[in-house]
Amino acid sequence: MKKWIVMAFCTILAAAALTGCGSADKYPNGKVYVFNWGEYIDQDTIRMFEEETGIQVIYEEYDTNETMYPKIEAGASNYDVVCPSDYMIQKMIDNDMLAELDWDNLPNAQANIGAQYYEQSTAFDPGNKYSVPYCWGTVGILYNTTMVDEPVTSWSILWDEKYADSILMQDSVRDLFMVGLKELGYSMNSTDEAELQAAKELLIEQKPLVQAYVIDQVRDKMIGDEAALGVIYSGEAIYTQRENPNLAYAIPEEGTNVWIDSWCIPKNAENKENAEKFIDFMCRPEIALMNFEFITYSTPNVAARELIEDEDIRNSEIAFPDLSQYKNLETFSYLGEEADTLYNNLWKEIKSY
Amino acid sequence: MNKKLLSLPYLFWCAAFIIIPLCMVVYYGVTDKTGAFTFQNISAIATAEHSKALWISILLSLASTLICLLLAYPLAMILSNLHVNQHSFIVLIFILPMWMNFLLRTMAWQTLLEKSGVINTFLEFLHLPTLNIINTPAAIILGMVYNFLPFMVLPIYNVLTKIDKNVINAARDLGADSVQTFIRITLPLSLPGVISGITMVFVPALTTFVISTLLGGSKILLIGNVIEQEFTQTGNWHLGSGLSIVLMLFILVNMVLSAIFDKDGEGSML
Repeated sequence: MKKWIVMAFCTILAAAALTGCGSADKYPNGKVYVFNWGEYIDQDTIRMFEEETGIQVIYEEYDTNETMYPKIEAGASNYDVVCPSDYMIQKMIDNDMLAELDWDNLPNAQANIGAQYYEQSTAFDPGNKYSVPYCWGTVGILYNTTMVDEPVTSWSILWDEKYADSILMQDSVRDLFMVGLKELGYSMNSTDEAELQAAKELLIEQKPLVQAYVIDQVRDKMIGDEAALGVIYSGEAIYTQRENPNLAYAIPEEGTNVWIDSWCIPKNAENKENAEKFIDFMCRPEIALMNFEFITYSTPNVAARELIEDEDIRNSEIAFPDLSQYKNLETFSYLGEEADTLYNNLWKEIKSY
Repeated sequence: MNKKLLSLPYLFWCAAFIIIPLCMVVYYGVTDKTGAFTFQNISAIATAEHSKALWISILLSLASTLICLLLAYPLAMILSNLHVNQHSFIVLIFILPMWMNFLLRTMAWQTLLEKSGVINTFLEFLHLPTLNIINTPAAIILGMVYNFLPFMVLPIYNVLTKIDKNVINAARDLGADSVQTFIRITLPLSLPGVISGITMVFVPALTTFVISTLLGGSKILLIGNVIEQEFTQTGNWHLGSGLSIVLMLFILVNMVLSAIFDKDGEGSML
């Protein structure tokens, strides 16, 4: 009996040693550390990248821009590729945390990403020096048509007492305040204390009606018929509709957030060349298509969009809305440290209320 | 000399993972962003949001400690009266869930308690009124009790098994009935285990932030959530450390109390 155990143990050890040796052969070209949003990539594309380039991808995830930032700032782990949103890119540029991209190494990014998305990016990345757009979209209300009788056209439905305990809000400071500020008709980039206080009051008033403040769970809870209304990123809408056909997505008339998440390279990245290879690989039309089909977030990759076979999706109002028909669309911008503190303090007041 | 060498790894461990991090917390707690000395991070506990969060944390953790105690004591007594092979089996069953990840178990409760979750589906099937405690303080208390109950059972059980049966027999011989025996003999002798159980439940309950996020829907802000938010979202390590120091004071008081009652360290063995 004992012998068997010993032998089994030896076999395992030997196997481990062999695979250990194998990894160096398998990845002769070093590593790349990628830090991305949760469930924001088709894992197959990573394996394809590894096989083709011989670069090992170490992949980690975060759930909000705000949790990503301190990790990069502390420099505890040197990530080579990150995927922040617009305003966070601006903050990182301001704080000298991003490395300039070498566009000669990014032919696919140059050729396949639509010009309008680069144009849009100049709002936070003047001169397009630091970022390659990966996904974009809007923020809106996902609702369950069996539970909501009236048409959803305005943020104010989130204050309707009929839907008490059936409303899901975002557990992330800027996204939450965006809803309050837009409902009041203010800019979502407001730094005016009176406006922010008013938004805070409004969101406190809403709190008893809110079922939970969540992030990625909005999706699962809406699919599971847990709630009637949820504030969500447009990219989740197609996926959730596939899983639960009763769900519909609306962009409120008061306007909303049009966001872009872009690939960037932190300044302290140790594998910048590999990072650029990774980013460019993700910009190939067929790879971008795989990612789009997996995560269903709108792709700025024009070449990939042309490859989408399903016509309904290719021309979907949710995935590729014609933005000119909406009013008051805005993109977040970085508001400076003082405003950040103000937002965070007011947020704490809402959450502790 | 040799014995001293043996303690070196422990000393290194102590320094690297306990003393130095503690000093860093204190350093961050009493400085501001420019590095100047300040008490502001500590006195920040007095602001309305922070003191409310601390107060709710204390209330919820006291409630769950009490519930744990009420559940654990009878169970520990039953266990200690069983035969050896029986009780070790039951203890094993009790510890078994702890082999699974704590987050996973808490998330399981989320699925169980949800509005259209497992429990409510079952209740609806039986045409019984549904249970709506998810995202309320009750759900948080439930999560705390569920997760920390073994930490209450084991120390009490340990102490109870060590009580000399002759002492109890002597009490009965001298005419005490079972209630008197319990109140005057068993309970005082088991106090060290009770105190150490209280510490082991109260401290993690007071500092938790995962349970309140998962089962409270982020609607109830505990002091642990405030500190977590300062570190992971706001990036204000100074305030986070300052509030941690305040929290440490509460834990220290608790530890001093348990040290007074549990001089022999009997209950602390797990």
